[in-house]
Amino acid sequence: MATVEVSFTPLPAHVRTARLVATAVARRSGVDEALLDEVRLAVGEACSRAVEAHRLRCPAEPVRIALTDAAGRFEVEVTDTCSDGGGAGGRGGNGGQPGGTAATGQPGDAAQPGDSAQPGDAAQPGDSADLDLDRGLGLAVIAGLADDVRISETPGGISITMSWPAHCA
Amino acid sequence: MDLKLDHHTKDGIEVVNVEGEIDVYTAPRLRELLIELVNNGYYQLVVNMEKVDFLDSTGLGVLVGGLKRVRAHDGSLDLVCTQERILKIFRITGLTKVFGIHDTVDEAIAARKAEK
Repeated sequence: MATVEVSFTPLPAHVRTARLVATAVARRSGVDEALLDEVRLAVGEACSRAVEAHRLRCPAEPVRIALTDAAGRFEVEVTDTCSDGGGAGGRGGNGGQPGGTAATGQPGDAAQPGDSAQPGDAAQPGDSADLDLDRGLGLAVIAGLADDVRISETPGGISITMSWPAHCA
Repeated sequence: MDLKLDHHTKDGIEVVNVEGEIDVYTAPRLRELLIELVNNGYYQLVVNMEKVDFLDSTGLGVLVGGLKRVRAHDGSLDLVCTQERILKIFRITGLTKVFGIHDTVDEAIAARKAEK
């Protein structure tokens, strides 16, 4: 059973709330202070991805987060129920494959010199180009911050599970 | 307020001061400002992030989008940031190789002037 469960309407404004709750529970669970920024960022990324998926396909369904501390680990599971199943919620995702494969992105993988910004790319509508980049970067950030990341398909969508070491508080 | 934005011209370069959290909720406002500046002919930009408390991939995407837009006009977009918690996300994503990141606004302006 999760220590704390949160569900929220898939609005961008609520992602900050999810970050704050996850950080508070992580601190209480004994996650080292130096890692709390990583928890905050990784949870925010996962929630942002889920909110994006819900807003596109099922805006009436809430995004769910389960925060659990057990066996010396603080674990966060962010679940959406609306992904297209095409692989972590859209193009550009490079953090892992559906089916439970752990994400093992290396720091620095997400962008190479010259990759992300070419004058010729400016012809694309700015919003859609930015969104595609967001998806890829988001999963790369999660993989770079949590030392254990699993992305798996659920009956309704995608679940991202991340964990950090936690000492007894 | 989650995000405060203002801008001013210094030595011919438009300095954008950002304060607060840049995330999926607030990033669109920064995107709109960068687009507005480019549309108004400001192609040399320095984004001062010294008072940014949080930056996620949505924010990174906005900054990359801004960089692409100014480069389409042979312009530049440099960053000012010394906070390790913010620099970390640039390192994780490899974007330290894409952006010029400086310790102060004056340094960013000087570096840009020196390249001309």
